[in-house]
Amino acid sequence: MTTLKLDQGAPGARILGFGSYRPRRRVTNDELAQRMETNDEWIQARVGIAERRWAEPDETLVEMSVAAGGKALAASGLDAGDIDLVLLATTSPPKAIPGLAPRIAHQLGVPRPGAFDVNAGCAGWCYALSAASDAIRSGTARNALVIGGERLTDYTNLDDRATAVIFADGAGAAVVTASDEPAIGPAVWGSDGDLHEAIAIPPDETGMSMAGQAVYRWATTKLTDTLVEAMRRAGVGPEDIDVFAPHQANLRIIELMAKRLKLPERTVIARDIVRSGNTSSASVPLALAALLESGEARSGDLALLLGYGAGLTFAGQVVVLP
Amino acid sequence: MASTQEIQAGLAEILEEVAGVTPADATPEKSFTEDLDVDSLSMVEIATAVEDKFGVAIPDDQLANIKTVGDAISFIESNQ
Repeated sequence: MTTLKLDQGAPGARILGFGSYRPRRRVTNDELAQRMETNDEWIQARVGIAERRWAEPDETLVEMSVAAGGKALAASGLDAGDIDLVLLATTSPPKAIPGLAPRIAHQLGVPRPGAFDVNAGCAGWCYALSAASDAIRSGTARNALVIGGERLTDYTNLDDRATAVIFADGAGAAVVTASDEPAIGPAVWGSDGDLHEAIAIPPDETGMSMAGQAVYRWATTKLTDTLVEAMRRAGVGPEDIDVFAPHQANLRIIELMAKRLKLPERTVIARDIVRSGNTSSASVPLALAALLESGEARSGDLALLLGYGAGLTFAGQVVVLP
Repeated sequence: MASTQEIQAGLAEILEEVAGVTPADATPEKSFTEDLDVDSLSMVEIATAVEDKFGVAIPDDQLANIKTVGDAISFIESNQ
């Protein structure tokens, strides 16, 4: 039997830079209270959101992703021509066909990269980051652009007070490259497909529905183990974590997870949900980009990431921030 | 098996931990939402804490029927 030759991969991968795009339109809780039976106090107590961004018609998924991707490229110091893999994590494309990653790559001037969309619910960006890291380590890519972009408002009934107060729009991106020192830890990923109906667009409807209690229970009981395992597999412990950036689904879930992990006082906890709402696949890179911009997180910090959502899917990993 | 009194005391501890309810207020006739200001997500936390403490799982569909502290005590008693 012929033995096939394999590419020579890199010992590790690392993130070189982040970029983000936040839609122009800021929607406060008070504005929502004028549209529906809700109020600021109720929203802040349940989910911790003070305001969110809703994309306007010209802020398409492609345009937002290109903007975030372009900024990540600029931050990385690489040229578009250096990129050979482009991934778009999204759950909210306007159409199923075609996938948007090739078009985004084309608009960014990336010449003929491997390009595909990843739909793993709100865990999408963490899944895509792992796929990019693994591609670089196996030698099938050298430099990857990993984007998380969403227009969740296209799939939300904006008059439904259960979901309209939560879901929002935006895009975040990172450039990943080969590295002698591993700076993206192994992904601990998985899924609980028995809970596929917990976050879904029901038949004959256009808007998402979410079984809030079921998702809350799942997130606060099952995912702590995922985070502990992600640290163990990367060879670090809670005391080493400088930044905790889980998917921004609900501030109460974020705080409960941080408490259960026994993270040290000094650990910076991403609370981007307060001003961004739940942006699904975009939430982790948006939160990390914001923490790096504000100086709350610094280059070299060890960050514990977790994506989780529709599927249900989950993925945790430890990374070194650029 | 925990006695009714032990269950009530254990539930009061959970309510204090999860929702900051003063233990003396956690009496059987109290409604979680109306009297103790416990919202639907805190109810989930109470359910998971009950499972840890008493080994009694309260699924989401059953949770909807538990309105008062007394309902919770009865549920734990009859399922332990």
